[in-house]
Amino acid sequence: MTGILSLSAAQAATAIEKGELGAEELFTFYRERARADAEANEDGLNCFTWVAADASTTPLQSGPGWSDSTDAPGSGPLAGVPLAVKDLFCTKGVPSQSGSRILEGYRPPYTASAVQGLTGAGATLLAKTNQDEFAMGSSTENSAYGPTLNPWDRTRVPGGSSGGSAAAVAAGLAPWAIGTDTGGSIRQPAALCGIVGLKPTYGSVSRFGMIAFASSLDQAGPLTRDVTDAALMLRHMVGRDRCDATSLQFPHEIEPPSAERLDGLRLGVPREAEAAGAQIEPGVRESFERVLKLAEELGASIEEIRLPHAPHALSAYYVLAPAEASSNLARFDGVRYGMRAPDADDLLDMYTRTRHDGFGKEVKRRIMLGTYALSSGYYDAYYGRAQRVRTKISEDFKTAFEQVDLIVTPTSANVAFGLGEKTANPWSMYLSDYFTVPMSLAGIPAISIPCGLSDGLPVGLQIAGPAFSENRLLDASFALEQALGFEEGAARV
Amino acid sequence: MLAVIDRDEVLHVARLARLQLSEDEVEPMAQELSAVLDHIAKISELELDDVPPTSHVVADAMPTHPALRADEPRPSLPREVALAQAPAVDQGGFLVPSPQA
Repeated sequence: MTGILSLSAAQAATAIEKGELGAEELFTFYRERARADAEANEDGLNCFTWVAADASTTPLQSGPGWSDSTDAPGSGPLAGVPLAVKDLFCTKGVPSQSGSRILEGYRPPYTASAVQGLTGAGATLLAKTNQDEFAMGSSTENSAYGPTLNPWDRTRVPGGSSGGSAAAVAAGLAPWAIGTDTGGSIRQPAALCGIVGLKPTYGSVSRFGMIAFASSLDQAGPLTRDVTDAALMLRHMVGRDRCDATSLQFPHEIEPPSAERLDGLRLGVPREAEAAGAQIEPGVRESFERVLKLAEELGASIEEIRLPHAPHALSAYYVLAPAEASSNLARFDGVRYGMRAPDADDLLDMYTRTRHDGFGKEVKRRIMLGTYALSSGYYDAYYGRAQRVRTKISEDFKTAFEQVDLIVTPTSANVAFGLGEKTANPWSMYLSDYFTVPMSLAGIPAISIPCGLSDGLPVGLQIAGPAFSENRLLDASFALEQALGFEEGAARV
Repeated sequence: MLAVIDRDEVLHVARLARLQLSEDEVEPMAQELSAVLDHIAKISELELDDVPPTSHVVADAMPTHPALRADEPRPSLPREVALAQAPAVDQGGFLVPSPQA
């Protein structure tokens, strides 16, 4: 059966369409692999919070009045290829807990539009994946359902917050997965697990049915074995959705990438990548410099650019994201869904104790930080200023894209770090997103592709472009991927 | 701005957030928030007076984007479905403890 394991999602879909592989055979193959991991307890990677019994869980129709969708799961271009879905996407009738105890056992009455786009195109729901609670974290250690381990080295984290999705794809427990990225939650775990992760332009994928963290930043995207799979998945995710007022009609179709050369492409390397706070590991720097050379051999030119406000992005982000989170998470009050603390004295007591018992440490920290930043007397100093920094960061990118076509950085300054290494010091964990947060604040697309190994652990290359430049990003990534020849199967279990 | 959050301020913010903190959570929270705010405070060094705030990147990306849909009634979740996940229901509504015990 190793033949099946070696197929990418796009290859599997083609094999099914040609009648060389049965959709049911493919589903059963991955269902068994996912179950084995879920049932291995301490010996597994803990990628999943739920695994489907069979492909028939997939219908996931939300019914009239909700998001538009098509019928007949399994039929369509995705031909029944199984899909792993980050826990925070609502999936009708299937546990959707966002890694939190406060949503333990929650089974939503509808399905997220991004998931419906994929199941409508023929994907089948394989499993829900582990994540940092409410997507707050960079290591998947903040899950109420235990940490996920990195398949390259089980003493290390897979990154986060989409760590379960990234680890599952890297380990070959799922052909591909959907995740979300608020400040780096697709790109950083993709980098640390040696796979491809794409955060699309803000608004290109509907957020309807994603359990919200920071609404002006959250964006769903693919985590896949290769660039071609990322393009195929994204193609079926983008589009205007009447259930999300911030969603946009993507201006063109997402095409399968095909570029072999990078002739004439101008790649910018921000000087600020060297700034204090981002101590790039020597092995990461070596891989990054090697891929720059390779890009030049393929015909690209490398230019130094300036993003003067990028070093302030993390500070602005840690005002804006917690502020939005404190507002979004106000809905978890023990009234309409999720857990409720028993034996409350009165309504207020019920609210405060439910939230005390239901939220984990990092979520409480962010709620407190956000509430503080929005509270009377501090609003202008924190939230108001952070919104202005956001404007400056967007302007920096606009200026840079007058000079270059795409911007390249390491995705993460370091390879996968040890479990527990950064949990004691919040800011050291927050620094994991140093290179990914600026693009999130500007709402522009960015992809992480594997670009080598450092001491046997994957290094990620981040490529960012202007809004709606996904096709160009995918093409450049594809050319580099072919030239790099990264051995993406090494972590499969 | 020097951000130092003391115990009283932590308790005040926790009240605003409708979040109970155990006695042993208060002191670490004060220290962790102070440490994070210390890093965040670096944005106070920037000259930003003439810079407009960004609340949304989409408006910028597509100025003609129709933000508002027509206000037409559509079917919504049936009541029993909406209530199905609630911890307590009574007479077709969400049951909660009395605001004043």
